[in-house]
Amino acid sequence: MITLSNVLVLAALLFCISVAGIFLNRKNILIILMCIELMLLSVNMNFIAFSYFLGDINGQIFVFFILTVAAAESAIGLAILVVLFRNRNTINVDDLKSMEG
Amino acid sequence: MIEQTVFYIFSALLLLSAGLMITVRNPVFAALFLILSFFSTSAIWLLLEAEFLAITLVVVYVGAVMILFMFVVMMLDINLSALREGFARYLPIGGMVAISMALSMVLVINAGEFGLASDTVQRHGADYSNTKELGVALYTHYLYPFEIAGAILLVAIIAAITLTMRGPRSSKAQKPGEQVLVKSTDRLRIIKMKSEGADSEPEKDPLAESKLAQSEDITVKKESL
Repeated sequence: MITLSNVLVLAALLFCISVAGIFLNRKNILIILMCIELMLLSVNMNFIAFSYFLGDINGQIFVFFILTVAAAESAIGLAILVVLFRNRNTINVDDLKSMEG
Repeated sequence: MIEQTVFYIFSALLLLSAGLMITVRNPVFAALFLILSFFSTSAIWLLLEAEFLAITLVVVYVGAVMILFMFVVMMLDINLSALREGFARYLPIGGMVAISMALSMVLVINAGEFGLASDTVQRHGADYSNTKELGVALYTHYLYPFEIAGAILLVAIIAAITLTMRGPRSSKAQKPGEQVLVKSTDRLRIIKMKSEGADSEPEKDPLAESKLAQSEDITVKKESL
């Protein structure tokens, strides 16, 4: 039998891996976007685990909406990335400091 | 017991592919490992009886979002070595943050079962339809959020298209910015030249001569505006 803490530990480890991925690949916007997808996936896994162990369908509805928003986010993020590459010819985070942020 | 074995196999696959995703050199391989981690996640979701979402994850994420990622990765001509140069420098701090986060989270999560032991789980029979349950909840209780989600997707489509579309090449539309910026010297060049006497070439028609002089004096540079 799978226990609740099994799934929660798995989701926590996945989240930590994606945080480490953002640290390691902090120059490459593309990998950062992929790491954000992985983070959302681990959060979704928590929702589904609780939905299963509580016997409540509402957790899955939440995952449905998170998937929708994540798909929209990645589509817009990639579009911005394409425009950025077209104008600057780079996706290196260090080169993008024209706004002095 | 079999269930737990399958869970551990797919968990190991998921963690392995996620770890490889953040460490491989090539973004194409990173995208492929992300696809593998989506697949193993969907297997785990199947074990947790979220069948509809597991299939949705494969269809929507692997089928659409990751294909988009692959397109973008292959379309951009990225200088890989410049993007990798901070990798070794940030490995210690990244690893430290991740390990300490993982330790604290695991300690908290493993402390108790939140009153939800796995033997209290109600297993559904073979005639149970997860899709039907989800649909009933979505179209009754969550109807307005569902419509808002549709609107969000529409906005995302429009935003992505407006951002990336370059417009047709043979457009005859006005560009007001360029029209305002244009100077009179860009369009019209006035050349000084010596006027020819009427008596130097008496055999020519004076009217034709004036026309010739005019066309040589003023050269109109054609600008497509």
